[in-house]
Amino acid sequence: MSDNFPASGRVIKAPETFLSKEGIRTVFAEGKRGRRDFIRSAFAAAVAGAAAPAAMAQSNPVPAEGGDPKILELPAHSTGLGQGVATDGYGKPSKYEANVQRRQSPGLTQTTQSSVSFAPLQSLFGIVTPSGLHFERHHQGWWDIDPSKHRLMVNGSDPKLLKTPMVFTMDELMRLPMVSRFHFIECGANTGMEWGNVAVPTVQYSHGMISCSEFTGVPLRVVLDLCGVDYRRARYVLGEGADGSSMTRTIPMEMVESGEVLLAYGQNGEMLRPENGYPLRLVVPGVQGVSWVKYLRRIEVGDKPWATKDEAVHYIDLMPDGKHRQYSSIQECKSVVTTPSGGQVLLDKGFYNISGLAWSGRGKVTKVDISVDGGRNWRPARLETPVLSKCLTRFNLDWVWDGKPALVQSRATDETGYVQPTFRQLRAVRGTRSIYHNNAIQTWLVQDSGEVKNVQLS
Amino acid sequence: MSSSPERLLLALAGLVVAAAASAQSVAVSGIGRPATPKELAAWDIDVRPDFKGLPKGSGSVAQGMDLWESKCAACHGVFGESNEVFSPLVGGTTKQDVQTGRVARLTDPSFPGRTTLMKVATVSTLWDYIYRAMPWNAPKSLKPDEVYALTAYLLNLAHVLPDDYTLSDGNIAQVQQRMPNRLGMTTNHGLWPGRTMGNGGKPDVRAVACMNNCVTEPTVASYLPDHARNAHGNLAEQNRMVGPQHGADTSRPAGAAQSAQATPPSQVPTAASGASTQALARKLNCLTCHGIDNKVVGPGLREVGSKYAGRDDAADYLAKKILSGGSGVWGSIPMPPQSIPPADAKALAQWIASGAKP
Repeated sequence: MSDNFPASGRVIKAPETFLSKEGIRTVFAEGKRGRRDFIRSAFAAAVAGAAAPAAMAQSNPVPAEGGDPKILELPAHSTGLGQGVATDGYGKPSKYEANVQRRQSPGLTQTTQSSVSFAPLQSLFGIVTPSGLHFERHHQGWWDIDPSKHRLMVNGSDPKLLKTPMVFTMDELMRLPMVSRFHFIECGANTGMEWGNVAVPTVQYSHGMISCSEFTGVPLRVVLDLCGVDYRRARYVLGEGADGSSMTRTIPMEMVESGEVLLAYGQNGEMLRPENGYPLRLVVPGVQGVSWVKYLRRIEVGDKPWATKDEAVHYIDLMPDGKHRQYSSIQECKSVVTTPSGGQVLLDKGFYNISGLAWSGRGKVTKVDISVDGGRNWRPARLETPVLSKCLTRFNLDWVWDGKPALVQSRATDETGYVQPTFRQLRAVRGTRSIYHNNAIQTWLVQDSGEVKNVQLS
Repeated sequence: MSSSPERLLLALAGLVVAAAASAQSVAVSGIGRPATPKELAAWDIDVRPDFKGLPKGSGSVAQGMDLWESKCAACHGVFGESNEVFSPLVGGTTKQDVQTGRVARLTDPSFPGRTTLMKVATVSTLWDYIYRAMPWNAPKSLKPDEVYALTAYLLNLAHVLPDDYTLSDGNIAQVQQRMPNRLGMTTNHGLWPGRTMGNGGKPDVRAVACMNNCVTEPTVASYLPDHARNAHGNLAEQNRMVGPQHGADTSRPAGAAQSAQATPPSQVPTAASGASTQALARKLNCLTCHGIDNKVVGPGLREVGSKYAGRDDAADYLAKKILSGGSGVWGSIPMPPQSIPPADAKALAQWIASGAKP
């Protein structure tokens, strides 16, 4: 690292108290340890009082009495008896985590039943989304369905497309060969509010219609084989939900044949949450969330696509020539820095870890580059393991913030060689009215105050 | 023939393949049962663009208008034009579009919205969706003839069908040839993950991963205006209370010194009374049509409360209105009778009469 003092910026005292007696003692102690360059620059900053971040760290100085009361005065949890096992049969996050919630974007919809809640990406670690924070998209309200009464039917658009139309109970589906796979699910409209201009303040609202889970279920192919599907003629598959909207979407038989499309009942070690389709949903890796039909009640195989409401009125991409792209399904390679990100405040200058998520609907992420100067220069980030196909990949990179404005960006490349585009490159082809499939590079402006803003460059 | 080394190798290879296969798959049998014709008829309700799956039947524009007023207008407006609850269904199409099969307004970036009839290319889509999912709070309650009538009425509102038209399974294919945006779709793109449509997965944007001294987008062109700073609520309360970054306190102006204190989660509202009744109002879908303060389809609940503030029997009166429905007091759009437990109606009415406080 080029900086001569890459340790945490948070232990540097706030400038207005920097020249206290304690501070001076610290400075001399540091000086004896040979950090004169650091001291000189620190003094300069303190004297000039310039570029002081408006946000101060939780100050962590040694108080005059010689120690932190949080250390010296033992708290109740160190001096008393704690709670017993199974106080809560299904544990919950700490009450201090209550700020970490999925949220609606005000004014986006007029009803809560046909609406969206966004996952708090700014507060999540790794690649797995806790099931209770998974983003929600309901079309006609969610239900908690009795799994013993749920049925899956498989039939054909015409009877000759399979030997036997069949029905299955959950007991039966859960007896079939089981696979578990990690995949992301992203709404086709994720980042859709940002096509024309900046519209929302934080990564929760700009990118929060994505989540990632370990899904467990049976490959749809196994069930279609049981029904004797004529794969030569039946090249399309319709999924249909059991809820009021009975959501339908067309998916290609090629994806079913590859074994990747799942009839899923498990999510992150437990059953699907009701908001995510309990007890059965489709998993269509790499494809936008609307195709992952929840409360799945029926699969129909056919020789033509269906042009359902959500592939003929919604989830169609308006191009500059006035035509709509229909059956657009793949979520192309995309990434976003989740910390630091919009609406956050850097507590001080110094060391930070830039962290974020990358994904591709076409396979594995092979590379993520980070720029802090608005795209002029880039450094490759570390990809954390596991790196899986059609799954979120976590990336991290060290960064020392010098207190000056910085434009932070990430850019992902996938195994097909596809590179995440800039807004300018994307808009040159698709205009600004598409709503769907916005995978442009996101820019966060770290202001000299430390407050981070969502911005777009052009 | 004597066994040659090649044959031995082949035999071994065969064993390996067989072993791999047996680890993988035992024939699955005895799971699931054939669906009965009655079951298939109950669930196989989809209708394709070639009208496969369309039940026989018919309905007129006039019948559709009556159904519309009682079952659809509350959300979609009398003329399908309302954007108060959902995106507008009707508007933005012309008689010219019916001739050309392309909606001209879609090429005009200044045209504010996109209605359903500006976008949809296939009449089967309208029929299928109304049949499976409408009305909003009672999906799958419409009979096929009613769906024909409502589809006819919608298309009449958009000047696709004349006032005296009766739509049926016999003439719907001709109506398809009048859909304003029937030629407005393309599958020539790389986002279909199969081989039977699209361009084979070829991306439409080709970026390169330049690393140094790259050409940039030079200026900050868009950001949230300061007055929208707090529009999504206080961001300090939307971030974890500890970490390298805290949430910005957006209840204070931009540039104001940020607090060094961790921001603890907001207090959970104390149980009972207001909050729980508001939750009840949400659960019973009252808030779909009524805002707390503002009109949505019907009046804001606090407006209702203040209108009857002087009446001693306000709570009883409102409970009755909730259960029996009404119209004319707040405008022409009727409120349908609500089939909810009378105790819930009473709790809601008391809450509304006392100002719908949280």
